[in-house]
Amino acid sequence: MFVINCPYCGEREQSEFKAGGEAHIVRPKQPTELSDDQWAEYLFMRKNIKGIQFERWVHTHGCRKWFNVVRDTSNDEITAVYKMGEKPPTNK
Amino acid sequence: MKNKYSIFSLVKNAFSYHENWEKAWKDPEPKKEYEIVIIGGGGHGLATAYYLAKKHNLKNIAVVEKGWIGGGNTGRNTTIIRSNYLWDASAGLYDHALKIWEGLSQELNYNVMFSQRGVMNLAHNLQDVRDLKRRTHANRLNGIDAVYLNTEQVKKFCPIINTSPDIRYPVLGGTLQRRAGTARHDAVAWGYARGADEMGVDIIQNCEVKGIKRNGNSVEGIETTKGFIKTKKIGVVAAGHSSVIANMAGLRLPLESKPLQALVSEPVKPIIDTVVMSNAVHAYVSQSDKGELVIGAGTDDYISYSQKGSHDIVEGTLNAILELYPIFSRMRMLRQWGGIVDICPDASPIISKTSIKGLYFNCGWGTGGFKATPGSGDLFAHTIANDEPHKLNAAFNLNRFVSGDLVDEHGAAAVAH
Amino acid sequence: MTKKLRVKTSKFIDETYKISFKFNGKTYYGYKGDTLASALLANNVHLVGRSFKYHRPRGIMTAGSEEPNAIVQLHKNTSRTEPNVRATEIEIYEGLEASSQNCWPSVNFDIGGINNFLSPLLPAGFYYKTFMWPASFWEKYEYFIRKSAGLGKSPTEPDPDIYEHKYIHCDVLIVGAGISGIMAAKIAAKNGFKTLLVDEKSYLGGSTIYQNSEHFKINNQISSSWLDKEISEIKKIKNLKIKTRTSVAAYHGYNFLLARENLTDHLPLEQRKNKIRQRLLKIRAKKVITATGSLERPLIFDNNDRPGILLSSAVEKYANFFGVACGEKNVLFTNNDSAYETAISLFQKGINIETIIDNREEIDSRLIKEAEKNNIKIYKGYTVVDTSGYKRINKISIMQLSKDGQKVVGSKISITCDCLGVSGGWTPAVHLFTQSGGKLKFRDEDQVFIPNIYSSDQISIGSCNGDFTLDEILLNIPNTLKEFLDLKKTDYENLEVKSSFNKSKRNIWLLPSDKLVGKTKPFVDYQNDATAKDIKLALREGFRSIEHVKRYTTTGMGTDQGKLGNMHALGIISETAGSKMGELGTTTFRPPYTPLTFGTIVGRNVGEYFDVFRKTPIHDWHVKNKAEFENVGQWKRAWYYPKDGENMHDAVQRESKAARDSAGILDASTLGKIDIQGSDASEFLNRVYTNAWSKLAIGKCRYGLMLNEDGMVYDDGVTTRLGENHYIMTTTTGGAATVLGKLEDYLQTEWPELDVYLTSVTDHYATVSVCGPNSKKIVSQIVPDLDFSDENFPHMSFKNAKIGKIKCRVMRISFTGEQSYEINIQANYGKSVWEKCMEAGKEFNITPYGTETMHLLRAEKGFIIVGQDTDATMTPIDLQMDWIVSKKKFDFIGKRSLYRSDTIREDRKQLVGLLTENPDEVLEEGAQIVADIKKSPVEMLGHVTSSYYSPNLKKSIALGVVRGGKKMMGQKLIIPMENKEINVTVADPVFLDRENKKLNA
Repeated sequence: MFVINCPYCGEREQSEFKAGGEAHIVRPKQPTELSDDQWAEYLFMRKNIKGIQFERWVHTHGCRKWFNVVRDTSNDEITAVYKMGEKPPTNK
Repeated sequence: MKNKYSIFSLVKNAFSYHENWEKAWKDPEPKKEYEIVIIGGGGHGLATAYYLAKKHNLKNIAVVEKGWIGGGNTGRNTTIIRSNYLWDASAGLYDHALKIWEGLSQELNYNVMFSQRGVMNLAHNLQDVRDLKRRTHANRLNGIDAVYLNTEQVKKFCPIINTSPDIRYPVLGGTLQRRAGTARHDAVAWGYARGADEMGVDIIQNCEVKGIKRNGNSVEGIETTKGFIKTKKIGVVAAGHSSVIANMAGLRLPLESKPLQALVSEPVKPIIDTVVMSNAVHAYVSQSDKGELVIGAGTDDYISYSQKGSHDIVEGTLNAILELYPIFSRMRMLRQWGGIVDICPDASPIISKTSIKGLYFNCGWGTGGFKATPGSGDLFAHTIANDEPHKLNAAFNLNRFVSGDLVDEHGAAAVAH
Repeated sequence: MTKKLRVKTSKFIDETYKISFKFNGKTYYGYKGDTLASALLANNVHLVGRSFKYHRPRGIMTAGSEEPNAIVQLHKNTSRTEPNVRATEIEIYEGLEASSQNCWPSVNFDIGGINNFLSPLLPAGFYYKTFMWPASFWEKYEYFIRKSAGLGKSPTEPDPDIYEHKYIHCDVLIVGAGISGIMAAKIAAKNGFKTLLVDEKSYLGGSTIYQNSEHFKINNQISSSWLDKEISEIKKIKNLKIKTRTSVAAYHGYNFLLARENLTDHLPLEQRKNKIRQRLLKIRAKKVITATGSLERPLIFDNNDRPGILLSSAVEKYANFFGVACGEKNVLFTNNDSAYETAISLFQKGINIETIIDNREEIDSRLIKEAEKNNIKIYKGYTVVDTSGYKRINKISIMQLSKDGQKVVGSKISITCDCLGVSGGWTPAVHLFTQSGGKLKFRDEDQVFIPNIYSSDQISIGSCNGDFTLDEILLNIPNTLKEFLDLKKTDYENLEVKSSFNKSKRNIWLLPSDKLVGKTKPFVDYQNDATAKDIKLALREGFRSIEHVKRYTTTGMGTDQGKLGNMHALGIISETAGSKMGELGTTTFRPPYTPLTFGTIVGRNVGEYFDVFRKTPIHDWHVKNKAEFENVGQWKRAWYYPKDGENMHDAVQRESKAARDSAGILDASTLGKIDIQGSDASEFLNRVYTNAWSKLAIGKCRYGLMLNEDGMVYDDGVTTRLGENHYIMTTTTGGAATVLGKLEDYLQTEWPELDVYLTSVTDHYATVSVCGPNSKKIVSQIVPDLDFSDENFPHMSFKNAKIGKIKCRVMRISFTGEQSYEINIQANYGKSVWEKCMEAGKEFNITPYGTETMHLLRAEKGFIIVGQDTDATMTPIDLQMDWIVSKKKFDFIGKRSLYRSDTIREDRKQLVGLLTENPDEVLEEGAQIVADIKKSPVEMLGHVTSSYYSPNLKKSIALGVVRGGKKMMGQKLIIPMENKEINVTVADPVFLDRENKKLNA
């Protein structure tokens, strides 16, 4: 069980949070103009990366805020957290 | 068969102190080229190679495995085998597998210890009851031997379940599939490996795939830690690592790889003689031939390849186990481990061609792939050999995520196991 | 008690406190401080159990948690009985009853012992090769296999004991309170770190504490005396917490560790009442110091498993700590110097020690000289090749080793003995280190794996780090800790250490024999009966990886998890396969370190605390009025209210009729309620619901359907516009939390530009719903100031009102099709409002109804229940609810998915009404629907989702989903049951009052 540094509350047990999957998948602004294939890409297709992943978490049992985490999915090491709307850190 | 296993061969070999047993499979270095390369030496991959050789008469096949065969989810799961699925497509797929299981030890001349001790699924609320009845009716019409049990019948079939109406989530009923049960997981991988090896399949261990070479829209071969292997057809059966291989070919799949944990207790004399699954409170338990209680926990909700899940999941599972089996409170957890399961949005697998010629995927089995091993191998072999799916796996194509024609076992049961 | 074996008083044993206990029905005595193992040895009992596969007699091998053989069933009481308890760990207490396991009829005469003679037929993996003929017989074979497998017996009654959890946060956690751990604790705690020191034993000081040898001195004091003083000193340090009988089970990532604290297992039975048995410590440490010590290795030779064969260090501990001689004719067999420590200890205690067999040829050290001085005969360069004695060792055969150690030469010498202590050197206990994700390296000199790369802020010290000698330990610890804790100096600078340990070792994984290996039984895994020849067989058959060999031979898979034999297995594999040890890797050490009781992991989360109960503010009234309850999510909802003698059907029929004929009352407090405010609230609703919200007037209510992004119905409910920028949304009972979560997700991540705030107010309001033709008459008495005329207060509208001085909201909305009012009031007034309604409704026969009647009433109107009439495959179009899907709106969640090639198909499953040919026949919910029963395979068109006998329509009604059902109106279909077929006709799903006259009646 890891410890996540909520950008609003500080370090908390992972059990207080819920994962929201890959980050920075923007909901298409005009879904009706997408082909079925393009829509499926948005809906279902994921990088599912082994390694450094940018992902979303929400502090369910805390401030209920969504934010982003940079985590290595091969060993669960978290290297950064940042708020929604903030630019992802570039050097992992 | 070169080295048939039987009580007679055991007696014969006992006289020579078992010094003369042959290798169950060879350990060859890869050839330069194969007709077909299967990536992933788990049960599904080895079964695929076996059926390619056996039923499609293809001999120039390699299985490449980055670690040791059967070392992934094949060797880490709780070995539940059943076919009482709701949707026609799933029922067809899993019952096809179950029928092969029923003769698999004899077919492979390797005792996979398929034990039809029945699988019960419990209902804990009124919607569970409706869902399980719905499934039982569908099973019956699909020729699958499932029956609905009321609480008394559940208790009779498995007397150690706490069926008191006063518990937090009382047992309101359940289903029973008697043909269902468990098997010895390692034996499945080893049996298929031995069978495939005998028909000339090269099983190459400690050979990690580093890249997939494409020429335009066709595959040309794979880069591995043991060098380049040329091939025109690649079948990927890499479970939790499917997306990693897909990324090498420039594909994205509708998968997320998550930790799934399981545990066993210390061995005890027989105490539970069937498999009991409870989705609502999340407790799955059976007892191995060795006497260990084999308990399946759930998945964590985050993507991870670390083969480690959170303790909360284990704790939650044991909470549920003690809710249903308070007699197990003084039993002790002997061993706990994690695997990586690749989960599709509809909790159904993908056994499919892809947009790249010669590249096939068999993945997305989530938490319940072991039970399908023989069927999955057979159908995937058919798909690769004919470049066309078998009718039993036609529904499990990649295009369903585009069209929306999902096989939603997820919606049908909160967790598909 | 055999006085001869209890040789000399030990300060760890209280000989004034005599304890009686039973083993296999016979009464024995021991002293306070004894373990079951030491007490049995003192009584000359070596035969304790039978092995897993061959049922060979087995005795006590160790003095710790690594014990593979001496495992017993504790207690006879079926609720407290406990299988597989290590005799070496359980402290004796008055009333202890233990018995041998895995033997029948008794440990002395075990029928299963026949397996030992069949063993030539039972090599590793034999079961994969046989039991296949005839195919149908596997079940029968398996029955016997299962019966003879297993070890102890599971309890058959619920556990009466209590367990609990405790969270601990500390700066430094030290695992293991041997000399290394004690020193580390003092350094850390005295430098201000909040420190926790834990040890699995009941005492502190590890193995040093019972050393009593002039050969090991610190600052010129015997090491145990020095350590004694250190221990009394650290006990006084305030910021150091010490927990004994506490075993760390798991070391997870981010320095999260689980430890089991044993609180009552050592107490006399009568002192345990109402006490917590075990506590699971969930420790989050900033820094972890692992000082778990090392485990002595056995030696692998033919018949190395007999009762009376112990680890040399165990023989020493039984003598020094417990004052017990393991035998009267003791022989030691070693490949290193540590057996000489044992020999000298025995000699000092006056225990007969005749011979030491040392596989090293040229050896010299102070310890050896000391042994020789005491006239102990030493066979140098020899090995044990066989042992005899079925239930207790009585003789060993030794032979000289060849120079290269590959074979034996010369003639056999027989030595009689009743105890053989073996020492194969030491293995660092790196289990926790590897669990945490650390990487090991192999040290060739002494063939051990030691910590190399750490995965978190931690360090290993002492012998678990490969420092085996006292001087190494004492010199390294201060330096290691200075760096680890960033200190300038410690209390342990310049210690003067006298250590006589010579590190030479002649490591031979499988000792040679004069026999073919196939004819021998050199055990590697004692409990599971895996021998060296099994490992060789596995390799011969092509199993090359350590994990394969482990699984094929079951080496290391017993309850001891291979603590003794795993290294030998690795060694034999590498020797046989000709590969290098370091390159082979190790098997994964999986948690827990020692088996962990389920009850401890679960703690208090059992019984009523398994999951929270959510109760409405009116719950007590329902209980008092004998309601039956239904679990909906975590909620307890009143299901129906049976009157005397009524069954569920009768009650529901009565309730349903009353609600339509006059008045019914429902507790709707469980529905999720989300308060939505902000200037973009209307726009937000436009995006999350399928229908349009912008034009909803203030004071009006509207039904909304929410989809997942994949277009499938997700939740529904009525939302009311309370003000220009203020709405209150209701959700389904089970969906409340996930709906709020999903809305927050979209709001925070996709549409942060929207000015909207969401607050869950489910628990803040009680909701009393009164329906029926007389509902208005009743509610208007409760809220007398409100104008209830249809003009002022039409259907689908809301009013702020007051009951007395208390503000409330009244909505005129209906899920039953009857005129209906919902009063929402601050939760603590809920019950009083409910009671007022009951009082006011008395004259109208107001009838409380539960969820079952609610379901029936809404089904008469064809209203859906999300989750019952829908699964995750139904779109609003499929539900024939096209009217609620806005064509004009640019976008809403799930809209795009409704236009995919599959979701636009016209022959999807669609919601329809179903009427049975026989109006009294009620369909089973979940039953499948077909058109042509003769078709093979049968084609299932859909299923029955809701089904009731309607007392108001006096016929059976049902809802179902049917492929292409929209176009099947009036068509006949079949419901095939196990024993009959039921004919049904597809009908409009609205069975009652299609024109909605009742709503405004």
